[in-house]
Amino acid sequence: MIHIFATQWPLLLEGLGRTLLCSIIALFFSLIIGSLFAIFEIMPNKIMRVIGNIYVEVFRNIPLLVITMFFFVVIPLYVTKINGFTAGTIGLTIYTSAFIAETVRSGIQSVDPGQMEGAMSNGLTFWQSMRYVVLPQAFKIVIPPLGNQFINLVKNSSVLAFVAGFDLMYQGNMIANNTLQTMPTFFVVGILYLVITMPLSYYMRYLEKKLA
Amino acid sequence: MKKLTRFMGLFSALALLLILMTSCGSNSALSKRDVLQADKESNTITWGVKADTKLFGLMNVKTNQVEGFEIDLAKAMTKEILGKNGKAIFVPVTSQTRVPLLRNGNIDAIMATMTITPDRAKQVDFTRSYFNAGQAILVKKGSPIKSVKDLDKSGSVVLGVTGSNSVENIAKYAPKARVLQLSDYAQALTALKSGQGQALTTDNGILYGMSVENPGYTVVGGSFTKEPYGIAVNKGQDKFRHRLNKALTTLEKNGTYNRILKKWFGNVQGFNYEEMKR
Repeated sequence: MIHIFATQWPLLLEGLGRTLLCSIIALFFSLIIGSLFAIFEIMPNKIMRVIGNIYVEVFRNIPLLVITMFFFVVIPLYVTKINGFTAGTIGLTIYTSAFIAETVRSGIQSVDPGQMEGAMSNGLTFWQSMRYVVLPQAFKIVIPPLGNQFINLVKNSSVLAFVAGFDLMYQGNMIANNTLQTMPTFFVVGILYLVITMPLSYYMRYLEKKLA
Repeated sequence: MKKLTRFMGLFSALALLLILMTSCGSNSALSKRDVLQADKESNTITWGVKADTKLFGLMNVKTNQVEGFEIDLAKAMTKEILGKNGKAIFVPVTSQTRVPLLRNGNIDAIMATMTITPDRAKQVDFTRSYFNAGQAILVKKGSPIKSVKDLDKSGSVVLGVTGSNSVENIAKYAPKARVLQLSDYAQALTALKSGQGQALTTDNGILYGMSVENPGYTVVGGSFTKEPYGIAVNKGQDKFRHRLNKALTTLEKNGTYNRILKKWFGNVQGFNYEEMKR
């Protein structure tokens, strides 16, 4: 096990870096896109509600691997050339954003409707009262489930291995095949995933304590 | 105090995992088992074969059976070893799963387009080669790439399959090319079709199978390595390995080998059947 890390660390670190980079990009964008569609889902405008619902239901109910393969295979064929890393990150962002949308929506709906009414009767627009009154309260409520989504996102980034995204799982597969030391390799890979997810989960717990 | 108990919990979980790992690593009972003897008693040999490789081993979705050169050869060898009533069981494997499956005893032998290499010979034992393949490249018809040398420039991308040694060969013959490893041949071919790479590399026999199925793609440049396929068995199963070698010799002598070879490769364009005859 230590031997695997000692001899293969350049590959493993490259994989760790790629996984981290993909996770950060996907986390950032899926939070923005997810929150946006969460607001769409509860907007008074019916068309927006339908758009939000369709987005969430479609991408929440398709396997991540299928979405990713779509971006890896179909988009380069008809639209533009994208590599495995980009395809995987886009797929991961879209997939996770659907879950985040549902999480945030539940948070928004658990905020007393009186807050929205009060903000709007004080002259704020819908978007202003969303931004300054409802969302700050909603996020406080949804931090624990949001933390779950973030950790799932990091783990789901292993989908990059299937589209040659050079992430941790991909490098693990490669090392396991070159050395034929399957068990120790994946043990090391598992520990390296923990290196990313453990601090993340502790940070979410810290946030929860701090804001609650 | 609460913190301490939490750490103790984490620590003991890790320790348990380690114990599990080590106990899995040493499967001494399996390595002591005589595979040949066990197979004779059960009258079956369990083979690890490819199920995604045209001409060698491909799952026929209509009959739900694996079909191909290796399947027919394995069936013939099973009959040779166990007699007429001997039964061959086929377990589909991939380049990634075949060695772990052999080691934990799920399969008795691997006949899955596995090239004999010194590195692999440290992990498993090989029989004599039963098929002499060579690595080649598959490109879209009309592609400017005529041989592996044309790929040796920065910016070119070669597609391969994880766990196959063809990927390492590309690093030797076209060091400037970037290699993308995908999980199986079907996926690698899809990636080639969608333009994720300029060429797909693996052994010529497999590539010919792909070009038969996909007329828009062709094998160029001939083979640039020698890839002898061997049957892999676990270390310490010398009796079984010798018996397999003997069965292979018999099949070569009585013409069964040539018959099977002709059945699968006789009509493949660009494949020199006469040269491969034994």
